[in-house]
Amino acid sequence: MSDAAASPPIVPAAVIELQAVHKWYGEFHVLRDINLQVGKGEKVVVCGPSGSGKSTMIRCINRLEEHQQGRITVAGIELNADLKNIDAVRREVGMVFQQFNLFPHLTVLQNLTLAPIWVRKLPKKEAEETARYYLERVRIPDQADKYPGQLSGGQQQRVAIARSLCMKPEIMLFDEPTSALDPEMIKEVLDVMTELAHEGMTMVCVTHEMGFARTVADMMVFMDRGEIIERAPPKDFFSNPQNERTRAFLSQILAH
Amino acid sequence: MADIAHDMPVAAQAPPPRSSGLAGWLRANLFNGVTNTILTLLCVALIAVAVPPVIRWGLVDAIWSAPNGKSCHGGGACWAFIGEKFRFIVFGFFPANETWRPASVVGIFVLMIVAACDRRLWGRRLAMLWVVGLCAVFALMRGGALGLSKVETAMWSGLPLTLILAVVGMLFGFPLGILLALGRRSRLPAVRAICVGYIELVRGVPLITMLFMASLMLPLFLPAGFTIDKLVRAQVAFILFAGAYLAEVVRGGLQAIPRGQIEAADSLGLSYIQRTRLIVLPQALAMVIPPLVNTFIGIFKDTALVIVISLFDLLTTAETALSDVNWQGFYIEAYVFVGVIYWSFCFFMSRYSQLLEREFDRGKRR
Repeated sequence: MSDAAASPPIVPAAVIELQAVHKWYGEFHVLRDINLQVGKGEKVVVCGPSGSGKSTMIRCINRLEEHQQGRITVAGIELNADLKNIDAVRREVGMVFQQFNLFPHLTVLQNLTLAPIWVRKLPKKEAEETARYYLERVRIPDQADKYPGQLSGGQQQRVAIARSLCMKPEIMLFDEPTSALDPEMIKEVLDVMTELAHEGMTMVCVTHEMGFARTVADMMVFMDRGEIIERAPPKDFFSNPQNERTRAFLSQILAH
Repeated sequence: MADIAHDMPVAAQAPPPRSSGLAGWLRANLFNGVTNTILTLLCVALIAVAVPPVIRWGLVDAIWSAPNGKSCHGGGACWAFIGEKFRFIVFGFFPANETWRPASVVGIFVLMIVAACDRRLWGRRLAMLWVVGLCAVFALMRGGALGLSKVETAMWSGLPLTLILAVVGMLFGFPLGILLALGRRSRLPAVRAICVGYIELVRGVPLITMLFMASLMLPLFLPAGFTIDKLVRAQVAFILFAGAYLAEVVRGGLQAIPRGQIEAADSLGLSYIQRTRLIVLPQALAMVIPPLVNTFIGIFKDTALVIVISLFDLLTTAETALSDVNWQGFYIEAYVFVGVIYWSFCFFMSRYSQLLEREFDRGKRR
């Protein structure tokens, strides 16, 4: 293990804390001794080659994947087999997926109000007000009554972001939010994410959008073969990567 | 330098005129090419050969009224037989002076079914209507209260019996099927094993066997003097049977739900029940409407098998009507009549499924 990974920076009041987390898919060791702390309001961008375990790691943070060893604490709640804890964590953590995963049988507005009404038990009217507010925020106020299939990819992803925000989460996870988008739609999604970052949302993003990472991230995390290889503020990370594998990855991704 | 195809923007133009008119339609659809022309001519010939005799038999030469069967044997159909036996074929052994009761029952069923077509009624109101409707059906058939004379279930026969068996079978079999399908995909091994075992067992046995078992074997296991109504036993067998078949159809829909839908629901904090009810089932069921309706139609027609435990459904009352010594030999008329009734209900189900498909397709339309 590299030196850079051995001494994680001390973050006061970490809202996400992973301690010595391991995970296997059958015999395959996908996550190896992951230690990560994310402070309140901090933005962490995770990058690395495909199959390096980045998605698996952030999916462990809201228990879409189960870790087999180590401790994960989110917003002061430990993730273990206790279903109550899992539900509590999921209420505090929003997630945006690569494939948007909007509910195709519901209108945009219904997508946004479903969880607030059923999980937060908000009255319908209040949930709809919140939904319209966030649709405004992601700049698609006039699409509320359309179905997801009638929107462009970029619009769908912005609806997905709004859907998560309607639950008023403390933390937002982004799992390659722009990877399934046509190039001209990437910016509209990144703009929304940047705005969110400036407002102080705690964010963990798996992304290859290095421009976004540079402007937004407080901390870059580089993963390879299930390990965190390097972590550094973006300035150091891009200008002076320590590890050979980081350098190789960055030269590939920044070359074009 | 790049070629410039147009130096000015192309203005929007009207689409080319469609080839319309009867001649255009005929040429485009029936006579476009040698093969299609031959096929068209063959079909016309077939219709010319087959249809006139049917019309002659069914309408032109048909006898519409006759005092008895002997004077009703001409070249054509004897619809007088149907006229004579109408009440018996449709309502069976139900006391003749109470015919308004089973007739209202059929009316209530038709009303409930028509109401189910109205988009505006969907939801709680329709459910309420169906609960009230089914209670009314039961009250009207059974009687014994509100000044209605009591009629034993053994007397329930004909179309009302067929409708009760089919509709109640579907109504309870469907939720059972959904539960079995969900159970078969459960993470709990015991639940999964029970559901798989149940589905495979029931699906692997002919319905006739199940009806026999319900009718003959079940009483052997019950304490002496304790009996369950025969109709109830047949109905339960039907529900169990429908459940097993519907379960596999529903499972097909469940398997087609992308994993991302479940993850999105989970990440929003929905519970298993909320996720299943609000996200998974609406999409899964919408996807399997054609095979679901296929199964429903099958169940509807399978009700004709209850004759093996001597319940007189619509088909059996028709066959019984044929055994009248005064009216013998009108098989075709009886089967055509019953066939038309079966067909109208099945055709309705098929149309209803198309309505549902259109309704649930909105999300995919651009």
